[in-house]
Amino acid sequence: MAAERKTKLSKNLLRMKFMQRGLDSETKKQLEEEEKKIISEEHWYLDLPELKEKESFIIEEQSFSLCEDLLYGRMSFRGFNPEVEKLMLQMNAKNKAEEVEEETVELDVSDEEMARRYETLVGTIGKKFAKKRDRANYEEDENGDIKPIKTRKMFLKPQD
Amino acid sequence: MAEAAAVVAESLAGYRARAARAVLEQVVLPGEELLLPEQEDGEGPGGAGERPLRLNAGARSRGRVVCGPGLRRCGDRLLVTKCGRLRHKEPGSGSGGGVYWVDSQQKRYVPVKGDHVIGIVTAKSGDIFKVDVGGSEPASLSYLAFEGATKRNRPNVQVGDLIYGQFVVANKDMEPEMVCIDSCGRACGMGVIGQDGLLFKVTLGLIRRLLAPDCEILQEVGKLYPLEIVFGMNGRIWVKAKTIQQTLILANILEACEHMTADQRKQIFSRLAES
Repeated sequence: MAAERKTKLSKNLLRMKFMQRGLDSETKKQLEEEEKKIISEEHWYLDLPELKEKESFIIEEQSFSLCEDLLYGRMSFRGFNPEVEKLMLQMNAKNKAEEVEEETVELDVSDEEMARRYETLVGTIGKKFAKKRDRANYEEDENGDIKPIKTRKMFLKPQD
Repeated sequence: MAEAAAVVAESLAGYRARAARAVLEQVVLPGEELLLPEQEDGEGPGGAGERPLRLNAGARSRGRVVCGPGLRRCGDRLLVTKCGRLRHKEPGSGSGGGVYWVDSQQKRYVPVKGDHVIGIVTAKSGDIFKVDVGGSEPASLSYLAFEGATKRNRPNVQVGDLIYGQFVVANKDMEPEMVCIDSCGRACGMGVIGQDGLLFKVTLGLIRRLLAPDCEILQEVGKLYPLEIVFGMNGRIWVKAKTIQQTLILANILEACEHMTADQRKQIFSRLAES
């Protein structure tokens, strides 16, 4: 009878996922190792003695731009070509900026003014998208600041 | 026999290996070996002099030394391959041991990656332009390598136009390739150089001298009259001024600057300023 002796299953079958659920961890590990061995033996490798590459501290560069700080190649004098003069300032300043650390960026608009603008901006843009009925809510405030939208008026059931 | 030759070669090399620091700003010849500062202890000729005081022990304390044009790495030393003056630049931000290079003179340009050059379009074939940059091969320039160029919107480049661009690929095994945009896709002044003007050729050393940050020649030239100049690292200069005569004067001055002393230059400029 089949129950008396274990049917001999092939290795490939045993390697399938559904067969491995019942195995314990040791046999699983063994199977994995065997698989790895097979795979790594198939890989090709050079049969040479291992050459240790010396860590070299010398880098070779063929470009002069690293050695000498050269200016930008396009130049214009006395306003002959205004675009090139603008470029000159930009590119030569970029070179200098790389050496010197950047200073803090000057703000065109102060933070307070920015906050104030945003406050009013929210109302203005909100008004644009509000429906006609809700636009009336925006004009109520006396100070001139636009208040945000009020709660909508719901239907009130008459009390008899 | 072979052993004797090897011993002789070693002793010769050892005799000629000078400290790089000692030879700065002096003329070096190809074949010389230079020692980097950290290797000078006990290796210098005669080993005389005080031992340099080592603040940090250990040979690994030196940063990366860059060997620039004219030098090659030979083991732990630098091998000189061009004749000229040895120069050194200290590292700015403290990373690495600085740059050494040989300031040599030559007229023949060899394409180097990252260099900005002036090229002449010689052929248009399919999607690329062939640009003559003065090297051994014409460089290839794709028509998409211009600012705002797409497949439908082709740049207006004809055969014979002057192009100011930079190399992206330039080594001895491949054909050089150049582009007219930077890594962000902006033109940055590169592209077709405008109408008129004059293109002429000078030595590579003069270009580098003119592009140095503190060049007096350019400052004086700029005071003469309104003009525009484009310098290509391949030895080509393009100049343009309001009249043909002014352009020619400018071209002559720049060509002659190579061999003039500072006094002669000042004389010529003063004479020009008068007339």
